[in-house]
Amino acid sequence: MFDWACTLPLAGWACDLYAEQRLLRIGLGIIVLVVFCILMVLIMVYAERRLVGFMQLRKGPNRVGPFGLLQAIADTIKLLIKEVIVPTNASPILFLLAPILVLAPALAAWAVVPFGDQLVLADVDASLLYILALASMGVYGVIIAGWASNSKYAFLGAMRSAAQIVAYEIAMGFALVGVLMAAGSLNLREIVLAQSGGIHQWYIWPLLPLFFVYFIAGVAETNRAPFDVAEGESEIVAGFHVEYSGISFALFFFAEYVNMVMIAALSTLMFLGGWQSPFGGEVTPAIGVILFFGKMSFFLFCFMWFRATFPRYRYDQIMRLGWKVFIPVTLVWIGLMGGVMFFTPYGYVFH
Amino acid sequence: MLDNYLPILIFLLVGLGVGTALTILGRLLSTSRPDPQKNSPYECGFEAFEDTRMKFDVRYYLVAILFIIFDLEIAFLFPWAVVLEDIGVFGFLSMMLFLAILIVGFIYEWFQGALEWE
Repeated sequence: MFDWACTLPLAGWACDLYAEQRLLRIGLGIIVLVVFCILMVLIMVYAERRLVGFMQLRKGPNRVGPFGLLQAIADTIKLLIKEVIVPTNASPILFLLAPILVLAPALAAWAVVPFGDQLVLADVDASLLYILALASMGVYGVIIAGWASNSKYAFLGAMRSAAQIVAYEIAMGFALVGVLMAAGSLNLREIVLAQSGGIHQWYIWPLLPLFFVYFIAGVAETNRAPFDVAEGESEIVAGFHVEYSGISFALFFFAEYVNMVMIAALSTLMFLGGWQSPFGGEVTPAIGVILFFGKMSFFLFCFMWFRATFPRYRYDQIMRLGWKVFIPVTLVWIGLMGGVMFFTPYGYVFH
Repeated sequence: MLDNYLPILIFLLVGLGVGTALTILGRLLSTSRPDPQKNSPYECGFEAFEDTRMKFDVRYYLVAILFIIFDLEIAFLFPWAVVLEDIGVFGFLSMMLFLAILIVGFIYEWFQGALEWE
């Protein structure tokens, strides 16, 4: 199962040496995934600043390295050597623990993401449930950060953020129920395989409302624009991480971007057929990974596009959208799906 | 079977380890020059007044309660959705009955104004 790590360049020699050692393979897989997360975040930070710059007719970062490509690395080094200020009134241990608690689930969720038919670190049956569970863990870090900072801005930001995350998590959960009804499995790999056969088989078509609810809820879950009231500069400064500086702040930042990539990956897997080709038929693992990344990049582009385009929602509008629009829409669609599947001959539409 | 979960456990520990290692690394590489003004909580340049751990809007509490109800419902719907093919029409209708009762509660909340946020 972990053989895929060995097919990577540079890693192959290590596998030849210790072909039987499973732990080594797991370790290699984890290293690959962590490095993947770090690379994705670096690329995202650069791409976002550059893209938003272009959309606003600015140049964006273009000084560090060719085309400003090394900007993200320069930022990382800067954040690493900046002082971590722990406010006098803060609870120091919880204060430093909070960013770690946000980052750990964001990284660990990648263990069950299939990049291809065999390219998954842990092929478990309850993978979607596991991801939902880890997504809920992130809110602890936010609450702890706001509480431990002992600052009014941080506290209010944390409350807002937490209320927003939990409200949209419900809409997200209901959208996932629709996917499960169609696929009949909690295993992400099987959900992708259930969509094989070309673009018309992808769940985006029969589950279109759920797809929109899922992706928009994902944007809200990651506290991204236009749902970034938790860190609305104009009213509450930086929200729950206002007191954070240096590497502790960088960890929050890192986790936010890893979560964004995660939402993009999950949208790809559940609604756009993951690594499958739009023309149907089998693809080689390499092409599958390229297809997967291509679809994922589209969602990542949307994240940046939203940020450049939409003005920020007001907090009451956010809560209204979550509770009064998304939850009813998903509930109706679930009922409708079940009705069509059992009482009409058109049930095949949803499979 | 359960064996497949081993990488997940290791990855969770690695995740915690990465965060801890970076925090420690940051502390080692960075300077530390404490200053009473710098270390005071941020409050737009004012001296911080009264305690932060104060009363806050009860609506947040309400959202948390509603979240528990609906999240439990999702936890209940997940296994149901997976085996929907096997349990058939009866299984589907019983869940719809359960959802209907919940939706009555949801409508009540709606009209009581629990979902308003002014």
